[in-house]
Amino acid sequence: MLDNIKKLIRYYEEVLEMPHRTEVARELRDQDDLFLLLLYSEMIGIPNPVYYYTLELYPHIIEDFHDWHLRMGMDKSQLTGIRCC
Amino acid sequence: MNAILVAIIGLGVFVLGYRYYSKFIAERIYRLDPNYMTPAHKYKDGVDFVPTNKFVLWGHHFTSVAGAAPILGPAIAVYWGWLPAFLWVILGTVFAAGVHDFGTLAISVRNKGQSIGTIAEKFIGRRGKILFLFIILTLVLMINAVFAWVIANLFITYPASVLPVFIQIPLAIWIGYAAYKKNMKMLVPSLIALAVMYFFAVITAEVSWLQIDLVSYMGGEGAAGLFGLGAVSTAFMVWIIILLIYVYIASTLPVWKLLQPRDFINSHQLTVGLLILYGGLLLTNPTINAPATNADADTSWLPLLFITVACGAISGFHGLVSSGTSSKQLDKETDARFVGYFGAVGEGILALISIIAVVTLFSSVDDFAATYSSFNDANASGLGNFVEGAAILAGGLGIPTAVATTLDTSVRLMRYIIAEIGSEYKVPSLTKKHVATTIAVVSTAALVLIPEGPNGFGSGGYLIWPLFGTSNQLLAGISLLLISIWLKRQGINYAVTLIPMIFLMFMTLYAMFVQVFFEWAWYADGSNLLLFVLGAIIFVFAIWIVITAIQALTGKFDDELAKHRNDE
Repeated sequence: MLDNIKKLIRYYEEVLEMPHRTEVARELRDQDDLFLLLLYSEMIGIPNPVYYYTLELYPHIIEDFHDWHLRMGMDKSQLTGIRCC
Repeated sequence: MNAILVAIIGLGVFVLGYRYYSKFIAERIYRLDPNYMTPAHKYKDGVDFVPTNKFVLWGHHFTSVAGAAPILGPAIAVYWGWLPAFLWVILGTVFAAGVHDFGTLAISVRNKGQSIGTIAEKFIGRRGKILFLFIILTLVLMINAVFAWVIANLFITYPASVLPVFIQIPLAIWIGYAAYKKNMKMLVPSLIALAVMYFFAVITAEVSWLQIDLVSYMGGEGAAGLFGLGAVSTAFMVWIIILLIYVYIASTLPVWKLLQPRDFINSHQLTVGLLILYGGLLLTNPTINAPATNADADTSWLPLLFITVACGAISGFHGLVSSGTSSKQLDKETDARFVGYFGAVGEGILALISIIAVVTLFSSVDDFAATYSSFNDANASGLGNFVEGAAILAGGLGIPTAVATTLDTSVRLMRYIIAEIGSEYKVPSLTKKHVATTIAVVSTAALVLIPEGPNGFGSGGYLIWPLFGTSNQLLAGISLLLISIWLKRQGINYAVTLIPMIFLMFMTLYAMFVQVFFEWAWYADGSNLLLFVLGAIIFVFAIWIVITAIQALTGKFDDELAKHRNDE
């Protein structure tokens, strides 16, 4: 009985938090997108003096990049610099 | 007639509808497949596409679709007696709303979780999509105008409700701050906030100086107000302006600062309200004294009943939620039955208690006849009657705050739609946040302040309700049409969606035609040019989209569309 009530409360809390979780995640993702742009702006033609160094992060972001271009509505990577799929 | 019996009959039909009819639709019509990879898994990104437990998703879906409209519509529609409203809520929920909400969810899941507007573009072309957007835009505009009017009116009629509603704002900001900066859980703080609000509601009802009664500040109802207006009209104008300023700020702030924590508090209110009302019904065991049918009605129930009940039975707005968010979070395709169909049933349960709360308010048939003496009176006093009836069942329900949430959510939505139309027509300035919000707020103000009612300035806001009902029902009809096209292309029998679609479209266009050309037109008795123009625009859009869609349904359009695609 007590377990069921606890489960119910957990579900209820989750219901209330659901739209809220989406907003937080979206905000964080927008920040990530901006960060990605700052790192690799050179690839889309915006001069970036530290590109040489940021390129070192390339292996770490390759998976995120794949998600990013899918999110932006491109089924395949549009940049010749990054070939992920 | 015993009210508990009526509630049991209604709930019984809902149970049967869910148990058998939705099962039939799930297996034979929409053909849900437990192994189908839903968009939540396929495009999983942790933001929009997240596989979610079906009970949680249902809860979210239900709290998104349940607002004040399913309460307000039936409360007005009991004007024709409780039986017609009851029957349409019950049958409409089982055979139309359930099929619609469930169908929009299913079609969206099978189309990459896209919204119904995008699906419209796919099935009936770009023109279809833009027409669709315009109908949604008018719908949202109507929602804004109706709710702005409703809140201002409630503040004037029940001055005790002002403080509890406004106290929610600092509480919500505090919760938002606590949750984001201190990483606190929201459940407990929001429950405390709710308790504080209820405490204030009780206190302000008792202590008269806490009631913010603008009319009495100006010297009572007969006194003169500002700009040569009466006291009531001035109070109305002041509230509308305050509300719209508030709404402007609320809908441009980041969501977490105000809107989300407020949603939290209001979701509690919805749960608590439903529990208390049905509990109150069991304990007080009231009798329905209102007549089953109203023989003295000055307006025929056909076809107006269907657009008046609006969201209480079926709502196009649900399709936007189903295809906008819920479809992206469905864990298994078979969950669509529970989330979509049972979501519609939840709304039906809310509409049912609204009918019961209103009709048990009256002590005799004469009492009912005095309050619902004409259709206009029914429109003007519907929500007030619900608040009083609910107060008897429960000792008050937080309607004003729920209405306020609907208002600022829908202004936000309107901003998005204006932005989308802006980008569709390549007018970049429309896509700017403040430009779009200003347009939304100003057009709402114009719509709510312009119509002149019987009691002067501001008292005619309820005239917009039929327009809201029509655009809402039209949207539902169009979504059902899209689902029919989708089913037809798969070679499945689509009678289940086609029949409610024809019924809905026929009733809505019929009602629209009668109102626009015989009531609002310049040559009619109660002519109102603003309503005539708005109504005529929606009417033309609707006819246009129906023709385009019927072409698509009969297949003539397919070749044309294919050719067009090849050209591209």
